[in-house]
Amino acid sequence: MSTSSIFRTGLTLAAIGAICTMLVAATYQATRDRIAANDKALLEQSLLPALAGIDYDSGLTDSLLELQPPHELPGNDTALVYRVFAAGEPAAALFAVTARDGYSGPIRVLIGVAYDGTVSGVRILQHRETPGLGDMIDSSRSDWVLQFDGRSLGNPAAEHWAIRGDGGEFDQLTGASITPRAVVGAVRDTLLYFDAHRDEIFPVAASEENE
Amino acid sequence: MTAAAWTERLRTGLWKDNPGLVQLLGLCPLLAVTSTFVNGLGLGIATLLVLTFSNALVSATRRLIRPEIRIPIYVVIIASLVTCAELIFKAWFPALDRSLGIFIPLIVTNCAIVARAEIFASRNPIGASIADGLGMGAGFALLLMALGAFRELVGQASLAGFSFADSGFLLAVLPPGAFFALALAVALKNHIDGKPGR
Repeated sequence: MSTSSIFRTGLTLAAIGAICTMLVAATYQATRDRIAANDKALLEQSLLPALAGIDYDSGLTDSLLELQPPHELPGNDTALVYRVFAAGEPAAALFAVTARDGYSGPIRVLIGVAYDGTVSGVRILQHRETPGLGDMIDSSRSDWVLQFDGRSLGNPAAEHWAIRGDGGEFDQLTGASITPRAVVGAVRDTLLYFDAHRDEIFPVAASEENE
Repeated sequence: MTAAAWTERLRTGLWKDNPGLVQLLGLCPLLAVTSTFVNGLGLGIATLLVLTFSNALVSATRRLIRPEIRIPIYVVIIASLVTCAELIFKAWFPALDRSLGIFIPLIVTNCAIVARAEIFASRNPIGASIADGLGMGAGFALLLMALGAFRELVGQASLAGFSFADSGFLLAVLPPGAFFALALAVALKNHIDGKPGR
């Protein structure tokens, strides 16, 4: 191959590469908004189970706080807080936090807390617990996780926010106590955090109350 | 291109040289996604589109391309088309995209596509190449759908999501079921063609 034909070959390759890149770029431009909307709808779908009995405005996922570690919520990775409003007023906060003390690795938990501090729903987002034992925390496997609905820091009292084996009020799972202990602890710590930091999560409401 | 030539190309892809049944190409997605009819349909259509467009593009550029660089160019063309297909699925068929998961981007590695580019599209005019892409793509898609329908029917006693009974013969939806179903399909084709086993 002569030098000029190498040059021509390279040019062909570059031209076809450029054309293909344009094709992909055009498709990306044409689909970007729809894909973002789909992802958002999917995220909202996954959040709804933790919002039982709570009214909310559209744009559920718009008011997101990302708390980088170190923070006082469970876990040492990024904690997400979705602020939920109803008719413009604070209605609830959805926490996506990580319980690090699961039986086989971290458990990612979604915890909905109504503005008055009661739990509006808990769901397990991600876990690797033992199938048939620890995985009963998953709402698709058992109703265990529903027992948090309507609970709050006073109900039961703080010292009873634990599984029965530890003197608390929450059912444990047959053959698995580490997993439920981790989830109960994550919910309790999240409620404590919400109780202490509610006015930081919803600063607008706090300033209105002071006026 | 005459109507007879079109028919001949389509017949080759759909039956005589079916990429799945005869050439046994692209078996990884074929075995992995055919656990339900809808999955087979989705991946079948995506593969059909990518194959047709890649054949058309390879054929259109065949005179410009020196043989030394043809493989990188096929790779660039196929990868771009698959990326476009993936974006389109994500935008308009998000549920299907989630259930097919990694197998949409993995169409890139479906050797049926690069095989048709190399064997057919690089040495035939654009019309014939499109016909070949459509025929081969449809042959692959129909096989995916047939295997998906069969495995879903036997394994889950349902079809396209409508269930007839509580449970089926679980093995059919597990990986071994894919091999059994494909073997049955290949055997059936050979039987119909009257080809004795070698």
